[in-house]
Amino acid sequence: MKTYAKFALALLALATAPALAQAAAGQAEPWQMGLQDSVTPVSDYIHWFHNLILMPIIVIIALFVLALLIVVMVKFNAKANPVPSKTTHHVGLEVAWTVIPVLILVIIAIPSLRLLYLQRDIPQADMTIKVIGNPGWNWTYQYPDLGVDESGEAKVSFTASLLPEDQAKAQNRPYLLATDVPVVVPVNKTVKVIVTSDPAGIIHAWTIPSFGSKIDAIPGRLNEDWFRANKEGVYYGQCSELCGKDHAFMPIELHVVSEADFKAWSEKVQTASAEEARDFLFAMLQAKGQLASN
Amino acid sequence: MATAHAAHDDHHADPTGWRRYVYSTNHKDIGTMYLWFSIMAGVVGGILSVLMRMELQEPGIQIFHGLAQMVYGVGADAALDNGKHMFNSFVTAHGLIMVFFMIMPAMIGGFGNWFVPLMIGAPDMAFPRMNNISFWLLVPAFTLLLISMFVEGPAGMHGAGTGWTVYAPLSTSAHPGPSVDFAILSLHIAGASSILGAINFITTIFNMRAPGMTLHKMPLFVWAVLVTVFLLLLSLPVLAGAITMLLTDRNFGTSFFEASQGGDPVLYQHLFWFFGHPEVYILILPGFGIISHIVSTFSRKPVFGYLGMAYAMVAIGVVGFIVWAHHMYTVGLDADTQAYFVAATMIIAVPTGVKIFSWIATMWGGSIEFRAPMVWAIGFIFLFTVGGVTGVVLANAGVDRSLHDTYYVVAHFHYTMSLGATFAIFAGWYYWFPKIFGYMYSDAIAKLHFWVTFVGVNLIFFPQHFLGLAGMPRRYIDYPEVFAGWNYVSSIGSYISAVGILIFIFGVIQAFSKKVKAADNPWGEGATTLEWTLPSPPPFHQFSTLPVIK
Repeated sequence: MKTYAKFALALLALATAPALAQAAAGQAEPWQMGLQDSVTPVSDYIHWFHNLILMPIIVIIALFVLALLIVVMVKFNAKANPVPSKTTHHVGLEVAWTVIPVLILVIIAIPSLRLLYLQRDIPQADMTIKVIGNPGWNWTYQYPDLGVDESGEAKVSFTASLLPEDQAKAQNRPYLLATDVPVVVPVNKTVKVIVTSDPAGIIHAWTIPSFGSKIDAIPGRLNEDWFRANKEGVYYGQCSELCGKDHAFMPIELHVVSEADFKAWSEKVQTASAEEARDFLFAMLQAKGQLASN
Repeated sequence: MATAHAAHDDHHADPTGWRRYVYSTNHKDIGTMYLWFSIMAGVVGGILSVLMRMELQEPGIQIFHGLAQMVYGVGADAALDNGKHMFNSFVTAHGLIMVFFMIMPAMIGGFGNWFVPLMIGAPDMAFPRMNNISFWLLVPAFTLLLISMFVEGPAGMHGAGTGWTVYAPLSTSAHPGPSVDFAILSLHIAGASSILGAINFITTIFNMRAPGMTLHKMPLFVWAVLVTVFLLLLSLPVLAGAITMLLTDRNFGTSFFEASQGGDPVLYQHLFWFFGHPEVYILILPGFGIISHIVSTFSRKPVFGYLGMAYAMVAIGVVGFIVWAHHMYTVGLDADTQAYFVAATMIIAVPTGVKIFSWIATMWGGSIEFRAPMVWAIGFIFLFTVGGVTGVVLANAGVDRSLHDTYYVVAHFHYTMSLGATFAIFAGWYYWFPKIFGYMYSDAIAKLHFWVTFVGVNLIFFPQHFLGLAGMPRRYIDYPEVFAGWNYVSSIGSYISAVGILIFIFGVIQAFSKKVKAADNPWGEGATTLEWTLPSPPPFHQFSTLPVIK
């Protein structure tokens, strides 16, 4: 009896292990089967719409077709039913399997369009960051709100590249997701993202799965997207448009921090380098226990 | 005059040796060549995919830097970069080969050529010599595509790492070498081949039906090919225009897609997908036709809702032309444009559902025999349904924001293509093999082929839904460690599928060595179309007296 209890406890621990690992949100976990955790209103809507509307509908339809196939295979095989019927029409059935799918699609379309307009009607933003995809497979981030020079260029501008494998391992940060310097934004603020690509470059796509946002970086075009992250943490993304040999090696690392921390970081980054500002921020977060020290 | 003509016919000796094939104007010989060509190209494309899955079996770069050293002879220092690019070039070649040199030649060139004339009671295609050039253009087209893998793409690297979509400016400024030019010319020639074929089929179907065979009495496979070739005729010229503009952007200083000189990269995407979306229906529609015949034959029942089935395909063809931008939800289209494409795309689910339910209704009340073609057809219906419902998910721009360019999309289109179209091709192969070659194959080997393939492809592609939902982008040579688990499962599935192909080839060799003579109609009373009234294989020329359809 006791061994059973122990076994059950062990199973329970195993089952809850992935849930506990959710502390490391902002990226997928091993054997993950669903969407990454949501921290924005848009992503919340995507989760609700996908997990509670679309998934049940498509699973039911697929199982329904499977069940029908099994029924015909069992009931109407040559042994069970040696004499085939000659029925080739049934108006009622044909109308039903045209009209019912239309109704299901209408049910899907209403939340679908609401979600679409939630994503694409960019709200009044609290701050703006500009993201530029570079031909050298990294991202340049600019903070125009922190001041611009005479030519209109943002004073705070830095480039984030892949954190090499040895450094990532040494610092206990996820290789292929972590960058040398992170983007930093405040929590609970509406951030508008303006995304483009180097004029001489190629198309990339900037995305953070936990935010439910993805937008192409296209030479000669300014694309916009937005998010409002409601939970502090580190969020990762990866380039999502084929862009050449290092397509798999241009990740996105974004830190959502408290307003006070963001203020401190933004003051630092205006006077020091992006690396120094990063070290300053990480030390601050580690002191508060919000970021694992390495 | 009439007697002179008859006498002339008698002198007409059937060609033999290489002349029979190289100079062929016979729809059955050309169809057979298309089928062998398709099998050959499918093996090449399949090897590329297994190599990609070997690379992705574990995180890190395992084999491509070594492959690059072996194949291109690059030094150890350049091996890693060359290997990364080589992976992208494999992605490109795998896609283009499977679309243009495997599925299309098998469905339209192979089965279309063989059975459209037989099913409508015609002696041959309308333009037999054009039929010959349609086939033989494929050989230089395929050769050009293979050459493109071995010449310079980006500086110091080989092959076109652009994906089958060949998006600018990746395919222009980022690929200065001639590799992309070879790929473009390959597509031009393959496209010309298909357009000529399309004209041939349209003319044949409209003008050469046997007396009494009205459009509404035409077998569904012929309907499927008719809709397909109209899609080809209308969409391929747009692709030809787009890739010609790429060619002049690359070589003659134009700037259609060059943003810094007033062009627009997104224009290319609109043009490409105006072709590309109908193209995916081109790949699957003939399969719909094949499945209808097999389901009806082995249920020993006529097709349920014939007219609905025919016009569902017409509807899919028409709507297929007005949904292209659902491939472009993340390029920054405004909300109203996206809303339109969401609505239009979802409509396609309705005629597709009509087809699925009509197949099941055909079986309902039937007397089903589980011969190999039927087993493949039933597998098709279920797997295509799975691919179809994930299409409904992706149709929603809001959710596609998360799934665009992830493995979810890869899983979706392989369920419709690799598991849908390919299962339809194998179903057709086992259905018509006795008619085409005159021999029976081993039903047991064909079923073993089915089960191994069924397990293999589901292991490959079902876990890719999970990878996509979890956010793994597609066309990646390396991935974060968290994605390792499902990638491993997927790779194992790929090896199992490769075993399936070996079983297929073994079955073919076995059938040809055993030489078990096939009956004119090996499938019994359920097989009602005209090809089963002829000997197996049919004579070199058939229907010198036209059959009359009551």
